[in-house]
Amino acid sequence: MAKTKELSNDTTIIAIEFDGGVVLGSDSRVSAGETVVNRVMNKLSLLHDKIYCALSGSAADAQTIAEMVNYQLDVHSIEVGEDPQVRSAASLVKNISYKYKEELSAHLIVAGWDKRGGGQVSVRDLNGLLSRQPFAVGGSGSAYVYGFVDAEYRKAMSKEDCQQFVVNTLSLAMSRDGSSGGVAYLVTIDEKGAEEKCILGNELPTFYDQ
Amino acid sequence: MLNNSRPCQPQSAGFSFENTRRNAVLEGNLSELGYSSPKARKTGTTIAGIVFKDGVILGADTRATDDMVVADKNCMKIHYIAPNIYCCGAGVAADAEVTTQMMSSNVELHSLSTGRPPLVVTVTRQLKQMLFRYQGHIGSSLIVGGVDVTGAHLYSVYPHGSYDKLPFLTMGSGAGAAISIFEDRYRPNMELEEAKKLVRDAITAGIFCDLGSGSNVDLCVITQAGVQYLRSYDQPAQKGKKEGQYKYKPGTTAVLTKTVTPLPLDVVDESIQLMDTQ
Repeated sequence: MAKTKELSNDTTIIAIEFDGGVVLGSDSRVSAGETVVNRVMNKLSLLHDKIYCALSGSAADAQTIAEMVNYQLDVHSIEVGEDPQVRSAASLVKNISYKYKEELSAHLIVAGWDKRGGGQVSVRDLNGLLSRQPFAVGGSGSAYVYGFVDAEYRKAMSKEDCQQFVVNTLSLAMSRDGSSGGVAYLVTIDEKGAEEKCILGNELPTFYDQ
Repeated sequence: MLNNSRPCQPQSAGFSFENTRRNAVLEGNLSELGYSSPKARKTGTTIAGIVFKDGVILGADTRATDDMVVADKNCMKIHYIAPNIYCCGAGVAADAEVTTQMMSSNVELHSLSTGRPPLVVTVTRQLKQMLFRYQGHIGSSLIVGGVDVTGAHLYSVYPHGSYDKLPFLTMGSGAGAAISIFEDRYRPNMELEEAKKLVRDAITAGIFCDLGSGSNVDLCVITQAGVQYLRSYDQPAQKGKKEGQYKYKPGTTAVLTKTVTPLPLDVVDESIQLMDTQ
């Protein structure tokens, strides 16, 4: 039985902490080989009210992991009687990814806000080590912007600066990476809740290649 | 409650490899005799769906191919799932057919259990969870569309288990041709006639520009009021009429000599077999 071609979210995803919350960003392209099958996919998936994850890698694997963790977090938050911690969400994602690491090929960046730790970004490395970082980029497009984020990141940026930073990074990656494109989705999470935003292709900032 | 080949046993995780040993033995036996096992028949296909003002319209071509031979000139690719939910199938013909039949029976049981009419999102979720469990070995790509109490919805589900929710979708080998029509002319909240024409044009693009798609256009219009299944809504690829006479007149070639040798043959048996040349 020949397997059909897999859909991949080769993509650009980014998450960054600021004092009081996090900003997540992603592009919107889903490809099957050379064809774009969905040009407006929102890769920022809700795990809980104030915890989101960014999907990359295989579309099916990533969507399934996010859905399973969403369910497990719902149960967990009812059991503890309060909003779950970002660490819990990240651990649940890590448990699934680590146990099935030979079979799954998806990489999720988890980010959110909880009252104990404030804004947090959690990311797993290739082998499964979970760590908290001030910002994280992922997906095939991230390779093109490591230099930009390393140079431009400053500690203690404000919420608006973080949003602009994320938009600039996505815009640069989308213009260089063939697997990233479409529109940019942004989610800003803080104490008050999560705010989703979509920036259309022609409203993204442009850089040198004009 | 849900359809399972062995409903009383607990469902085990992961893909079931039970039949692989049997298949390998069968394959070995066949190749000893000089045969090869039959390949799964794929429907090179164009399927499409759009959401319009009053509901959804699903469209499909009607050609089923066996590699490079047309196996069925008028097959049905729009399958019934529930009174208000239909599904177009592409990919391996058997997988699409059986998957939709399983979903149809699951959805009916679920609807009886909840006491409510089924939701499109229920069908999508069950479909994608099953397809993910089989890790892409069930090669069916499906477009699920319908109108339920929450409104009109259109989902696409891929063989590996990912799904997309969009206002217009195409799948199959002719997807590229069809999506170009949609990208050019789709607008939200279109009227019925305009929407039907748009889907017809998209499927026609697939029929003309893709080798795996052909024959007729089937449409299925689903609204709050009910379902209109328009089988053979359009037949764009009809055989053309011959323009003139292509026979030579008797006497065009000069006959130089003529020799007649009678053969002693008797008619033993005469049987007539009709060929479908439509």
